[in-house]
Amino acid sequence: MDYEICIGLETHVQVKTRTKVFCACPTEFGAEPNSNVCPVCLGYPGSLPVINEEAIRKTVLAGMLVGAKIARYSKFDRKNYFYPDMPKNYQISQYDLPLVIGGTVEYDFGVVDKKRLGETKVCHLTRIHLEEDVGKNFHFERTSGVDFNRAGTPLMEIVSEPDLSSSDEAFAYLTALKEILIYGGISDCDMEKGQVRCDVNISVRPKGQKELGQKVEIKNMNTFSGVRHAIDYESQRQIETLRRGGKLVQETRRWDDVAGVTESMRTKEHAHDYRYFPEPDLLPMSLSDEWLAEVRKLVPELPSAKRKRMVERYGIPLYDAGVLSADAALADYFEAAAQASKNAKSVANWVCNDLLRDLAEAKLAIGESPVKPPHIAELVELVDSGKISSKIAKDVFVEMFKTGKEPAAIVAEKGWVQVSDTGAIVKFCDEVITANPKIVADFKAGKEVALNALTGQVMKLSKGKANPQAVRDALRGKLTG
Amino acid sequence: MSPDQQAPKIDVPYLAQLARISLNAEQVKTFGAQLQQIVSYVEKLKEVNVEGIEPTAHATPITNVFRPDEPRTPDDPAPFLKNAPQQANYLFVVPKIVE
Ligand SMILES: [Zn+2]
Repeated sequence: MDYEICIGLETHVQVKTRTKVFCACPTEFGAEPNSNVCPVCLGYPGSLPVINEEAIRKTVLAGMLVGAKIARYSKFDRKNYFYPDMPKNYQISQYDLPLVIGGTVEYDFGVVDKKRLGETKVCHLTRIHLEEDVGKNFHFERTSGVDFNRAGTPLMEIVSEPDLSSSDEAFAYLTALKEILIYGGISDCDMEKGQVRCDVNISVRPKGQKELGQKVEIKNMNTFSGVRHAIDYESQRQIETLRRGGKLVQETRRWDDVAGVTESMRTKEHAHDYRYFPEPDLLPMSLSDEWLAEVRKLVPELPSAKRKRMVERYGIPLYDAGVLSADAALADYFEAAAQASKNAKSVANWVCNDLLRDLAEAKLAIGESPVKPPHIAELVELVDSGKISSKIAKDVFVEMFKTGKEPAAIVAEKGWVQVSDTGAIVKFCDEVITANPKIVADFKAGKEVALNALTGQVMKLSKGKANPQAVRDALRGKLTG
Repeated sequence: MSPDQQAPKIDVPYLAQLARISLNAEQVKTFGAQLQQIVSYVEKLKEVNVEGIEPTAHATPITNVFRPDEPRTPDDPAPFLKNAPQQANYLFVVPKIVE
């Protein structure tokens, strides 16, 4: 029997704010343990939380970016459980009235296979709600230690429908989601700092069956590749269990990255009885048209829309558009250069290949590039007008990156102007013809490729400055004339 | 209204487990009866006619009490750590956590 896999993801993303969600402690990363804490985020009796408006704004903005419905009335609830990283013994979260309802994320298979670039699918979202993060645990021989710096950091939980049917789809979805959140300035999505964490809900069912199979949850994954491997392992485990005639139980499992297996977590009985109730210390939110209109002004053009527009407007390949739109600042850089140039395709080439390579090598962000957008446009123009050869242009670019100078200034300074002047070229051609009687004879005998060898010799004599087409024309004229 | 007949049955041992407190049989009986009384009293609310009244999440008719995203200078953490039964290396030390 054939099985199909149904995957839904609960993605926790740290919202980019300066302060925690219910108190004014800073959210900086890497501070001394327990240095960014106060009575509120330590759960002291009598302390009162106050909602950080920016956290609400960014969650609503995320909702707008995925085309979701924004709740006009929303509230926070207490989720009750005991764990040492949660000082209040409840987490402030949202239960039945989340800020964002529905929405979709379009993802492209190009991130799993370059050949599938442009092949897209849509994953539906259930909801997005806002909650507070918990502390961080450190484990010692006989005890554990808790650092509450992270406790109270705003976390957005993005819940997807079980629309995803493979590890590739889950990976492409997460990549697209991350791109959207970075674009909107909603989160930095820095995986290394644990800013994106994922719970995976996975079940299998015989192909064609309507109802979902028994669901298994894999908790707290913090890399996209981990999600991918865990899904591959877990879906296979479930299918094999069913094929053997076994039964699946609803359970929570943990992914062991080293062993490459998922294992059951012995969750205690009643562990899921969170006894949610409305948070009495916080007043509900009713977002007005004016407030929402202000947030809507922050909505940027999304990467997928940008890609499509770039291909249409500039005539560049979809692959290049994908590279350029992966980072909003890079896309702006390219567009500034392309708009100053008549040859956007060539501009895209320079940016995608030479510039990105050199920036990566120098460990510089696009905003720190010594080469500015008008310089790229100027370099392209120098090549297109025949002033310099494309070979010389590579050297010019190296100088541009090193010095930050304009290309025309470099060309003038180094005397790299392409020689299109017939007199000079004719002189070089005569020299080469005299020095290479055998190749000349080959060409005269009908061996067309011999002309390439002669052209190469002339280019060498001119130190790469001669216009290759002019050289070919001159040689052909002399040898056939 | 007789409390025993009207109010929902309270599973005291389960509640105690959720609250991480251990109760002996005597306490289960005592607290069970007391809780039952409290819940029964709250049950009186069911007698109120709420026809046509919008459900609300809060009794205060105020919404959108927000704070600007401005960090304050953090307090000296020493007193917080001092309040903990055990601390070491700026961490709150707790019994070993097992998942
Ligand atoms: Zn705080």
